[in-house]
Amino acid sequence: MEYILIVISAIFVNNVVLSQFLGICPFLGVSKKVSTAVGMGAAVTFVLTLATIVTYLVQQYILNPFNLQYLQTIAFILIIAALVQMVEIILKKVSPSLYQALGVFLPLITTNCCILGVAITVGNGTYNAQGLADPGLLAGVVYAIATAIGFALALVLFAGVREHLELMDVPKAMKGTPIAIIVAGIMAMAFIGFSGMV
Amino acid sequence: MKKLESTLPNMVIVLSVVCLVSASLLGFMYGVTAEPIARIEKQTLENGIKKVILDEANQDAQINVEVREDGAFTFYEVTDAQGQKLGTAVKTAVQGFSPDLTVLVGFNTEGDIKGYEVLKHSETPGLGANCVSWFQKGGKGDIIGKNPGKNNLTVSKDGGEVDAITASTITSRAFLGAVNAEYQQLFGSKGTNATTGATQRHAECSGEKHCEKAEGCNHSCEAKADGEKCQRQCCKEKAQNDSIKTE
Amino acid sequence: MNKIKILVNGIVKENPTFVLLLGMCPTLGTTTSAINGMGMGLATLFVLICSNVVISALKKLIPDMVRIPSFIVIIATFVTVLQMIMQAYVPSLYASLGLFIPLIVVNCIVLGRAEAFATKNTPADSFFDGLGIGLGFTLALTLLGAVRELLGSGMIFGCRIWSETYGALAFVLAPGAFIVLGYLIAIMNKIIKKA
Repeated sequence: MEYILIVISAIFVNNVVLSQFLGICPFLGVSKKVSTAVGMGAAVTFVLTLATIVTYLVQQYILNPFNLQYLQTIAFILIIAALVQMVEIILKKVSPSLYQALGVFLPLITTNCCILGVAITVGNGTYNAQGLADPGLLAGVVYAIATAIGFALALVLFAGVREHLELMDVPKAMKGTPIAIIVAGIMAMAFIGFSGMV
Repeated sequence: MKKLESTLPNMVIVLSVVCLVSASLLGFMYGVTAEPIARIEKQTLENGIKKVILDEANQDAQINVEVREDGAFTFYEVTDAQGQKLGTAVKTAVQGFSPDLTVLVGFNTEGDIKGYEVLKHSETPGLGANCVSWFQKGGKGDIIGKNPGKNNLTVSKDGGEVDAITASTITSRAFLGAVNAEYQQLFGSKGTNATTGATQRHAECSGEKHCEKAEGCNHSCEAKADGEKCQRQCCKEKAQNDSIKTE
Repeated sequence: MNKIKILVNGIVKENPTFVLLLGMCPTLGTTTSAINGMGMGLATLFVLICSNVVISALKKLIPDMVRIPSFIVIIATFVTVLQMIMQAYVPSLYASLGLFIPLIVVNCIVLGRAEAFATKNTPADSFFDGLGIGLGFTLALTLLGAVRELLGSGMIFGCRIWSETYGALAFVLAPGAFIVLGYLIAIMNKIIKKA
């Protein structure tokens, strides 16, 4: 039950993009077409889950025991950068078709702040895990996957709207990014409706 | 000077040096800032305890504070200079609209709320952040002087008697939840449910060090620091529990 | 290049928020009030200047292949230093900016300026570039924060302008961030490009 709550909370109530403002750059950058949005969403899900597991273990078994919490930021970003690089190399060798689909998005992911953001949140255990006395690795992974799904969901929905927006007659100064951002605002308003759920 | 070539030794050396320098700089900065960070935290806590326990008029009074921890709760038992018990401040952190809403509540010996202080929060400014003043004396959701054992301290939407912060029911619920939980931890649920009350009070004196069986007391308990005191406490509690049961 | 020109360039012509559209996460996430926006801007300014100067000074010593990892380590170091300083001296601001302080590491502005400016210019020029871009970012965030605070709760920097009753709460919440930013960019487009 607790896990279901975590999932609903991370996807809808505290949507990573629309309510926590993480990962806005790719949200605005790769949302012009639904197909690319799906690719980006899949790549983020993949890397986010992996990164959360590795950074959680590093936090629990290296940083915490040696009282090195202050090195968290620097350690996590290096782990994420190395991980993304490794995933890219491995995918290229093992599954060229998957690499074809996700490859272009991978380098963009290092600077996607939702990866580092989630890693830090899970590392510190400060995410919404009511009812779980000790949110362990499993809860962290569930949270990471749900967050990534929330990201993909927001991205794909947004891309769908933007495809239609292209054909609309928008005032000249508002064309492109400004109107897209306002659309995101209206979506965020819709997502506020979920906030009573958990 | 020419730019260094990208040869393997060069790359390894440069990266290692960069990391080494960064790590030493951070270690040094950690040493420099650790002291002020700890001092500020201690200062806020001390002021907070004074504020929630003492009357406004004599904020400068001398107090002695005894600290006790139990899971997510920290208890600060406050006695004045003469050793008279003034009350207990309880600290806990809950999930508000954002994580880490840390609330310190002062209860007098009867369990009435003397005052509260939000030690740390990252609630939305203009909304949930109002919890800092909303429930204070004279605020719209005044809880000062109320007793969570007698008053129903939940938001009016849930049938309670406290007005929630405008448009921030989640923060209000979390805040009041923390206040009630702290009361429960401190006093057990006296009068309502004797069994849970007894287990909760028993749980209060669990810790690291095992202390001996007390005379006339046929169960042992564990305490963090002061063995003898804990022994007495447990015995007293045992007696109380027994009397509740026989009642 | 003229130092003043570099400075103004960062504030107006290459304003990171309104023109380059970089660093959107902290822009939206921390501007719930003018003071928070300004705090975030100044924090980024500090990291920008430090990393720009150091990277520019070390540019000859860092081989091209390990350029990016080295930059990230340098930036992350300054972010962590900033984190400690803020925790020690402005704990309340640190608490309200929360997660977004460590996230300066992945702010595209910082790495972007390191890559685009610091590697090609002298430390002195890089200092002014960092200052200009940082100030531009700070101004944009303060403006956005002020507008949201005013519309949402009728205050600017905590001073009441009009009664709270006229505040539209949505502007302090997530949707307001997007909508205000969208309109501000549109207005800037109108002014700068005379569109």
